[in-house]
Amino acid sequence: MTYKVLYYVNQFFGQIGGEEKADIKPILKMEKVGPALGFEQLLGGEAEVVATLICGDNYFNEHEEEALKFIIDAVSEVNPDIVVAGPAFNAGRYGMACAGVANYVVDELGIPVVTGMYKENPAVDHCKAKAIVVEVSDSAAGMRNALPVMAKITKKLLNKEELGLPQDEGYFPQGKRLTVFADERGSERAVKMLVARLKGEAFETELPMPVFDKVEPAAAIKDIKKAKIALITSGGIVPKGNPDRIQSASAQKWGKYNIKDIDSLKGGYYTIHGGYDPVYANEFPDRVAPLDVLKKYEKDGEIGEIYQYFYTTTGTGTSVGNSITFGVEIGKELKEAGVDGAILTST
Amino acid sequence: MKLELRKIKVTDLALGNEMKFENGLLTIDPQVIIDGLMEDVNVKSVKVDIAKPGDKTRIIPVKDVIEPRVKVEGSGNGFPGVTTKMEQLGSGVVNVLSGAAIVTIGDIVGFQEGVVDMWGEGAKWTPFSTTYNIVVDISVVDGLQPHDHETTVRIAGLRAAEIVGEVARNITSDEVEVYEMGSIFEETNKYPDLPKVLYVEMLISQGLLHDGYIYGVNSQKILPTLIHPNEELDGAVISGNCVAACDKITTYQHQNNSSIIDLYNRHGKDINFMGVILTPELTTLEGKFRTCDYTAKLCKSLGADGVIISEEGYGNPDSDLLMICKRLEDSGIKTVLITDECSGWDGMSQPLADTTKEAVAVVSAGNVSHVVNLPPAEKVLGNPEAIATLAGGWEGCINDDGSMKCELNAVIGSTSEIGYHNLTVKLY
Repeated sequence: MTYKVLYYVNQFFGQIGGEEKADIKPILKMEKVGPALGFEQLLGGEAEVVATLICGDNYFNEHEEEALKFIIDAVSEVNPDIVVAGPAFNAGRYGMACAGVANYVVDELGIPVVTGMYKENPAVDHCKAKAIVVEVSDSAAGMRNALPVMAKITKKLLNKEELGLPQDEGYFPQGKRLTVFADERGSERAVKMLVARLKGEAFETELPMPVFDKVEPAAAIKDIKKAKIALITSGGIVPKGNPDRIQSASAQKWGKYNIKDIDSLKGGYYTIHGGYDPVYANEFPDRVAPLDVLKKYEKDGEIGEIYQYFYTTTGTGTSVGNSITFGVEIGKELKEAGVDGAILTST
Repeated sequence: MKLELRKIKVTDLALGNEMKFENGLLTIDPQVIIDGLMEDVNVKSVKVDIAKPGDKTRIIPVKDVIEPRVKVEGSGNGFPGVTTKMEQLGSGVVNVLSGAAIVTIGDIVGFQEGVVDMWGEGAKWTPFSTTYNIVVDISVVDGLQPHDHETTVRIAGLRAAEIVGEVARNITSDEVEVYEMGSIFEETNKYPDLPKVLYVEMLISQGLLHDGYIYGVNSQKILPTLIHPNEELDGAVISGNCVAACDKITTYQHQNNSSIIDLYNRHGKDINFMGVILTPELTTLEGKFRTCDYTAKLCKSLGADGVIISEEGYGNPDSDLLMICKRLEDSGIKTVLITDECSGWDGMSQPLADTTKEAVAVVSAGNVSHVVNLPPAEKVLGNPEAIATLAGGWEGCINDDGSMKCELNAVIGSTSEIGYHNLTVKLY
């Protein structure tokens, strides 16, 4: 069986014209145009370029929504096994068009995309996490070197072969930190790295330090005595029986529970958190999520009211990616409910 | 100090009517272990089984792994301060049933217990698929409080290792590993031109199931302390079954601490290995400042040029790891860190809970959330359903046919931060 490839190019590589044709609307040609010709030869008969999509760079960037609608319809009609775009070299608008097509095709249709860009093309960062972006030179003079690399990767993806390391295969890292087996155990690698450092020799860290987001604190609450306060914890406090089956580590979800009619979590709640000694939290879950104190504050008029739902998940081993999702989802609910402030506890 | 570990190679394992070792075959009489462990009034019942490399056997939930040994010369048989009377460790001759391990299982006390698969896909993720495992299933008397339950099963595992270790008492071995090191001054006189290196081993110290013990002292109660590497290799440090299974340091891994052994191998060649500093990982900010300052001070006082720092667990201990690193680098001491990563199922999340630019040399032992698919076992020792509640598992992660999907979190020793296993992370 030969696989089907759909090729995307701009007006120039689509042989329609130069800058003066940059506002042409997308068209689908059921033939190989421009780089698609040479590209197909490099696939060695394993796959065929069945169609070429051509769109003006200005049109795409100025009418992205319409362009993508046409493109997604065209891709659905052709139903390729893979989409190849560019290479866009250092062309900014062409790069953004390739990135836009790539992200949309991957997200909406789940079809893999291979493209090529120069390392300083700003579009690299827009799509490298979703598409495979081959590192190419800064001008079309590099076409001859770019296409074989793109073709080799395309064949591997079509044959469901695992791609090697980005630096070996020639694409930009997608930002996935994948677990693999090393030739030596970790301690041996550590000792070697230390000896190299002490001798002043070259060494390479296996884990470059992450760069953290900074979150601006919200403005102060104007009148705490009228404020609606929510209670949130990453301490794994859940109703006994863990009805939503929240994980004890590496949480994939959060839960919310009605606390309107109780003055304390004692008795009905316990912890499923796998990162601390649960004995004392199980004795008295308010030690982790202080509902008892909040309720007292509410009665004494120290705060306006307590939001009727309590939000909870497990913090230990939970990825930052999941945490961001949880935060956005919970934050949206709190905002819609008119909550003014939240007590967040961790363990 | 001079410690001789005489390695008696175990190449097969069987159950039988007596305890013996012959031509590589270790035979276990379950009743001997059962009788020994039942002396503890808190133990209700004990079951003993075996699992050999290649057997289609799954062991779950695993609490600890311990190497069976017996000390034949010198002071301190067993685990002084825990199972035997206090003695100085680090010198003498130990007969080791090398290749065998005691693996303890039983009702879950905490979510941090793990899984060992002896064959196929699961085997490659854990170092304990290659050991001949004597699996001891411990049930405790009804009504025992969690802390007592935990202590009971921990001690039962250590005792089982002593009982099995006795088999080695009169066996001779051709393979002898000698670990010998004089005082820091003697070694420095011997190797004046070699860089002075220390190993900082961080120990989780956070309560039930989260403590390391040194001669029976809870690491939660100590200031960072200097220990001769031989003492740890001789059984001075034991696991309190701490944190997620993937990066807890089991007792077996303390007895065979790979960072100590790999540093020893370079001693007198590229480095002057001066010793080990055991550092508790405390949960309070004040505690972190105290232990990190104190650790850095010890390294500076001893004149270290380079330090390897290994973590235990993840999350808040990432801060301790990086705080120690920053303090040392700021003092001109070069560091290498060993840690693991929490980068999510897809590997796209930031890997650590803290960051510092001074950490320029880091060994990664794998992503704890890496998901593995484990095929059904022919035989399960323990309770396969436990996976749903372990750290690294979830409700529904086990299928009707017994196959299951879990994170490395649940696989014992997979992302060992003392560098005992061979996983790493690459950026794709």
